[in-house]
Amino acid sequence: MTDQLSELPVADIASEPYWEAARNGSLLLKHCDDCDETHYYPRPICPFCMSSNTSWIEASGSGLIYSWSVERRAPEPYAIAFVSLPEGPTILTAIVNADLDTLAIGQSVTLGFETRDDQPVPVFSPA
Amino acid sequence: MSIKGTAFIVGIYEHPTRKAVGISLPQIHAEVAKGALDDAGLSLSDVDAYFCAGDAPGLGGLSMVDYLGLDVKHVDATETGGSSYIVHVNHAAQAIAAGKCRVALITLAGKPRTGGAAPGRGAMAVVPPDSAFEAPFKPSVLNIYAMCAQRHMYEYGTTSEQLAWIKVAASHHAQHNPHAMLRNVVTVEDVVNSPLVADPLHRLDCCIISDGGGALVVVAPEVATSLKRPKVRVLGAGESIKHMRGGKVDLTYSAGVKSAADAFDEAQVARSDIKYVSVYDSFTITVLMQLEDIGFCEKGKGGAFVADGNLISGTGKLPFNTDGGGLCSNHPGNRGGMTKVIEAVRQLRGEAHAAVQVPNCDLALAHGTGGFLGTRHGSATVIMERV
Repeated sequence: MTDQLSELPVADIASEPYWEAARNGSLLLKHCDDCDETHYYPRPICPFCMSSNTSWIEASGSGLIYSWSVERRAPEPYAIAFVSLPEGPTILTAIVNADLDTLAIGQSVTLGFETRDDQPVPVFSPA
Repeated sequence: MSIKGTAFIVGIYEHPTRKAVGISLPQIHAEVAKGALDDAGLSLSDVDAYFCAGDAPGLGGLSMVDYLGLDVKHVDATETGGSSYIVHVNHAAQAIAAGKCRVALITLAGKPRTGGAAPGRGAMAVVPPDSAFEAPFKPSVLNIYAMCAQRHMYEYGTTSEQLAWIKVAASHHAQHNPHAMLRNVVTVEDVVNSPLVADPLHRLDCCIISDGGGALVVVAPEVATSLKRPKVRVLGAGESIKHMRGGKVDLTYSAGVKSAADAFDEAQVARSDIKYVSVYDSFTITVLMQLEDIGFCEKGKGGAFVADGNLISGTGKLPFNTDGGGLCSNHPGNRGGMTKVIEAVRQLRGEAHAAVQVPNCDLALAHGTGGFLGTRHGSATVIMERV
């Protein structure tokens, strides 16, 4: 039995720049040039004002853990987290290369990339 | 238009099975449909509307309407996970109020123990747009709800012991339910000493996985009057979706804030008038946050509110889930909304187990949150009164 949402990442036309940047080690967010909000996950149409006038911005790579949990039942326990970025959005991600027993809300973390399901995805490690 | 007083729940049925060996999924749908219609004193030919969610096999309601042999002029397959059936009560009342139907049948069935879908895995014909940005991190029902608990503890000082009281209360009720999967009364120590499954949630903070099903019959006032069954009137309902808001994530509240506010506005009753609540208990944290969001206590004070047996019928101020709920009795198809309405109707009819029946229970509320509390979920609230 599995209760994981294990669909393969799908790179559609709208998000291709995101995946291309990820392959080069940078995390892209979407910024709306009309309402000035930055959103994630990236969409061609702003979820705050429905403007199509959106552009890609690069995340600085720093973040703070907003919440976290460790899936203890998994064959290899793993940490999942919401990380708040200084650019605005709080994103769902993983905490890796960390002591899973010392994670804390408010902890500083730094961006890295891991290949999962044949795609580079943004993950974070203790700063 | 308001639905206040325009619809009555006249039929309920909960399937007794918790492990449906040798019974197919559509067969469970049919058995609960017959059970609820028998309970109401109605028959197949009386039904003119059918409601189901993602647990129903086939395209929307098409296959089940065929399988059951229904002839309907109104269908609704709204899917909000485990809260769907509370949404369906709202939609059925709306359709009845609009004159679109008179007798609405709502069914649920699930077989996660004997070959069905695992928790959190609904049928998704098309991969959702969020999947590529979330699935690689292996979100599960466990860790997504757990992150809400983690944040609640951080913001408000909520403790594992306070969460444990929710399971303790459920177990006190389940001991009287002969169909409950877990009938042993547990203590706070039992819960916090059970294995950590997803920090900070322990094994006993989690609902059970069971087969089963249930059905409801919602009818127009003139139909209710013609029947010999106790009348339970829908006074108000609300529903809402909450999601990740483009990255403005806030795990401290649910869509229940909106669904409950709308339900109370429509019903025009006070929180303090509610004698009994059914609250979807996928996890202990789900109950705690929903009680806050419904407004039974201040945001952040849920821990103190649920502690010391306050949810136990006969001793506490707000008896909840007197059948043992999803934490102890059953969780058909990993969807808890149906049984929440059923037990609330039992309480209003005076048909709950004598040991847990709330005296003079004339006003009850059923509330659920389906999907993933920390990412995207649907909440629904329905307020009912005994007439």
